[in-house]
Amino acid sequence: MFKVTIDNHTIEVEEGTTILQAARMIGGIVVPPAMCYYSKLKESGGKCRTCLVKVAQGSARDPRPLPKLVASCRTPVADGMVVQNITSQEVIETRKAIVEFLLINHPLDCPVCDQAGECDLQDLSYDNGKEESRFEEAKRSFRVIDIGDKIQLHMNRCILCYRCVYTADQLTDKRSHGILYRGDVSEISTYIQTDVTNDFSGNMIDVCPVGALTDKTFRFKNRVWFLNPMNANRSCSKCSGKVTAWMRGGEVYRITGRKDQFGEVEEFICNECRFEKKELSDWTIEGPRNIKRASVISQNHYEKSKKPSVILPLENRTVSLDEFKNGSNNEIQL
Amino acid sequence: MLLNNHKVSLSGRSKIVSNKDMTFAEKIYLPAIIAGFGITIHHFFKKKATIQYPEVKRPIADIYRGKHVLKRDDEGRERCTACGLCALSCPAEAITMIAAERKEDEKHLYREEKYASVYEINMLRCIFCGLCEEACPKEAIFLTNEMVLADLHRSDFIYGKDVLVEPSDKRVDISIRQTPEVLSFKKDKNQTHNR
Repeated sequence: MFKVTIDNHTIEVEEGTTILQAARMIGGIVVPPAMCYYSKLKESGGKCRTCLVKVAQGSARDPRPLPKLVASCRTPVADGMVVQNITSQEVIETRKAIVEFLLINHPLDCPVCDQAGECDLQDLSYDNGKEESRFEEAKRSFRVIDIGDKIQLHMNRCILCYRCVYTADQLTDKRSHGILYRGDVSEISTYIQTDVTNDFSGNMIDVCPVGALTDKTFRFKNRVWFLNPMNANRSCSKCSGKVTAWMRGGEVYRITGRKDQFGEVEEFICNECRFEKKELSDWTIEGPRNIKRASVISQNHYEKSKKPSVILPLENRTVSLDEFKNGSNNEIQL
Repeated sequence: MLLNNHKVSLSGRSKIVSNKDMTFAEKIYLPAIIAGFGITIHHFFKKKATIQYPEVKRPIADIYRGKHVLKRDDEGRERCTACGLCALSCPAEAITMIAAERKEDEKHLYREEKYASVYEINMLRCIFCGLCEEACPKEAIFLTNEMVLADLHRSDFIYGKDVLVEPSDKRVDISIRQTPEVLSFKKDKNQTHNR
């Protein structure tokens, strides 16, 4: 077992765990954002650079810091490693620059995009980015293409995270799309206009962090924040049948996989469940999903709020009133 | 202290009522009646509190928040892209819309590839707060100086696109709502959506 300290939280993890996975075990605001890493997909990660962290102490044996910021999704922990994420100003500044880089070619078409409201890039730029853009040149632009009759590809919005390629590689029997060309002209496409029709190909919509791959059966049907995500299931021969049904009234607008707190699907679902079962009678509704209060999807969903656990009774507080006023104790500030 | 069973006069002008016997002058009521007429006649010579409405109108603010308008752009295309942010920001939940995809031959009608095929504002729910105007990323919806008039049926207060979208030949001027701050923001090249 290796002992690793991330933002002053110490945790013991197995050998071979990456810094990102260790941070996810701690949870909370310590977790670096990740746009390309996907724990369910092998080989993913290392492309978007949003998860960069500072290693202030390489290991217990060699306490020198690593010379550059490292991608936490690809760097295994060492015993006695000390990592700084949000406690390092350098990381925060760099992340700001990375967001700016990702947004260079990303169009500001959120009002049109179906992903808006559940988009990782939107959240990332809101949390870590700048308000303005310094990029004045023309953005690259592509035509919208249909890959198969159910999936639409907006290459303009793609940030080249490769998640969909790994999904097709590892989940479906035959991969029929990939990345063509290289550098800033690289694009995701099928080989000579073939269709993507594999049984699990729809999962590339779920893994896409932006609105590049979208569900054609849901195109412009509704905005995600007007829908209620419900846990639903059905018996399916191909997949587990456990999905999120996005409903409004008695109508099922779309089906997606169930996403966990890191925005990753818990189980991949098949195309039949995703695209063809849009009737309420197809599904057993288990109940509403928990949504983060910060998410726009929780708008207008009135739920009873809970008292945060960090607020201790007064007599248990060890902080003096002066400290409290100056805000030196972060826990109580929350 | 104040709330401890003490009756507190908020206006400071309340009179304490007593049941004492009235004097003869009070019993014949005439002085009180004459004093009352005096007040009535006094009002004949005061400035009128009312106006003759359709002919005379009270001044309203330059940015009075009345009936909404859905703007068109310089080429006459509808600006609204049915992003739903106005409906999201609406505290009265008065706005509903249905989006549709623009077809190839409709490019002169709609500005973006998505547009609102149905856009309805329930004027009975609307509180004219102007949050929709503020939320709109496309400068499509504005409130105008025009009032929402009375009507006979509730269903007539649900204004659709036929009422809300400005006619191409009769454009609504909303330039007064574009404050210097708004205009400088629009010129800012750093804001990507302004290009």
